[in-house]
Amino acid sequence: MNKKLTVAERREENWGWLMVAPTIIGLFVLNIWPFIQTIYTSFCEHLGFGHYKFIGLQNYIDMFGNAEFWKATWNTVKFCILTVPVGVILALFVAMLLNTKVRFKGGFRTIFFLPLVCAPAAIAMVWQVIFNGDSGILNQLLGTHIQWITNPKTAIVAVAIVSIWSSIGYDAVLLLAGLQNIPKTLYEANSIDGAGKVRQFFSITLPMISPTMFSVLIMRLMSSMKVYDLIYMMSDDTNPAMADMQSLMYLFYRSSFVAGDRGYGSAIVVWTVSLILLVTLIQFWGQKKWVTYDI
Amino acid sequence: MKNLNSLHRSYAVAKFLTYFALIVGSVIMIFPFVWMLLTSFKTQAESVSIPATFFPSAFRLDGYKKVLENLPFVRLYWNTILLVFFRVVCAVVFSSMAGYAFAKLKFRGKNLLFTIVLMQMSLPSQIFIIPQYQMVAKLGLVNTIAGLVFPGLVSAFGVFFLRQTYLGIPDEIGEAAYLDGCNQFQTFYKVMFPLTGTSVAALTIFTAVFAYGDLMWPQIVNNDINMFTLSAGLATLRGLDTTNFPMLMAGSLLAMLPMIVLYLIFQRQFVEGIAGTGGK
Repeated sequence: MNKKLTVAERREENWGWLMVAPTIIGLFVLNIWPFIQTIYTSFCEHLGFGHYKFIGLQNYIDMFGNAEFWKATWNTVKFCILTVPVGVILALFVAMLLNTKVRFKGGFRTIFFLPLVCAPAAIAMVWQVIFNGDSGILNQLLGTHIQWITNPKTAIVAVAIVSIWSSIGYDAVLLLAGLQNIPKTLYEANSIDGAGKVRQFFSITLPMISPTMFSVLIMRLMSSMKVYDLIYMMSDDTNPAMADMQSLMYLFYRSSFVAGDRGYGSAIVVWTVSLILLVTLIQFWGQKKWVTYDI
Repeated sequence: MKNLNSLHRSYAVAKFLTYFALIVGSVIMIFPFVWMLLTSFKTQAESVSIPATFFPSAFRLDGYKKVLENLPFVRLYWNTILLVFFRVVCAVVFSSMAGYAFAKLKFRGKNLLFTIVLMQMSLPSQIFIIPQYQMVAKLGLVNTIAGLVFPGLVSAFGVFFLRQTYLGIPDEIGEAAYLDGCNQFQTFYKVMFPLTGTSVAALTIFTAVFAYGDLMWPQIVNNDINMFTLSAGLATLRGLDTTNFPMLMAGSLLAMLPMIVLYLIFQRQFVEGIAGTGGK
């Protein structure tokens, strides 16, 4: 540490600091300071106009005693359960289909990826019309009369369907890249042994793709925990299913920016982020049981 | 066909099933877009008719007229373009500089500062949003483009991503330039930066698609409809007239169209930019 730097080394160091300065200053102002503030604010009452009074754990006590909050937490968990496993399995299926010798591979990929470049707000609007209970095309195609979006039982399922539909192409592209990295020789050696396709899938494909599956799973889980725009667009205050589809992030938005209770809102976001970190940690701990990094 | 052995037959069946599944999947993926397009040209009565008609009886523009009455689309496009432009410029310029420095230069505190970058990446953006809004309000930037751009002035993800790119460029290239008399910054922008085109394009697309699709921040920071982005503007139609399907579909189509056109032109770059960056 006490070693004298040469002129050239000192110059390099100055350039280094100068070049990271905009980013680091930006991160301090835009992220680190706000992060500390949000945690502090979660222990405060918002008096209006950005003034706060410290009230200790009161926001958390209110929050944990609030049925709407627990409902939103459960809705968020339910949304993850509905979207993550089905989404990832379907994406793996699509990726495996695209990994065979098919024509128009690029065309299929373009089609499956299309929702990713569309604003979620616009996608939700289109699906809302498709799901409409009275004259929506989905009910007409299925011959059903389900009030998809306004029935408390189906509302979150409808949002989950839109979410899976939107993200399947993205996950499939990542998984396809993983599949293409599996050495062909592994399959060749295996087929000489006389193993069937199904056994090949479980003994080669699945273990080899598991690291990619793991990162897709983590990403999908994180974004499902944060779901906001689809739910915002497909529910409004007049929707009778509102309470049964409201996610934590939607509750956060409503508490902080519609009701203006920023202390309580901060407590919700701190809770949500803690939950995300907890789930991620569990995933990282659980991966030992099923993710293979070398075969 | 009769003398095909069973292996060939099962191969043909597998081939058929593969195409069948892919085509069914594609239809499910495309249908909402087709339905949006067709419904946007229908009359309101036609759009809710039972049984539904597939094609509109005539291509009417009532839906488009109605949505243009309700939303200032020219402003929405313009605001979205400015938001995307400034976010992309900031992300590319600042992240390239920092990414290069983190990858190629030696300076004290480097590891600690890079840890900050990684920490920001792993936290959901909502945890910063209330204080960010309060800063924007204090600076008097509510209902401005600057306010919209604000949280995206720097991109931790961009730094991380471009650092990887610079790590992949051999040190010798920079050293040669350095020996030719370039200083570190000249080496960066004359020699190294031009080599990162593919990654910069990927970061540009990633940043643009994210800024264009983001809903919560534009809703919070701007409350004047003339300062909304396409996403936030479209969201105001929610609950306004939920049975006017042609209007809703016309609005959605207008909001999606520019990005879809760009996507169809630059397919490979988009897929790489969004999925290849591994972010989002």
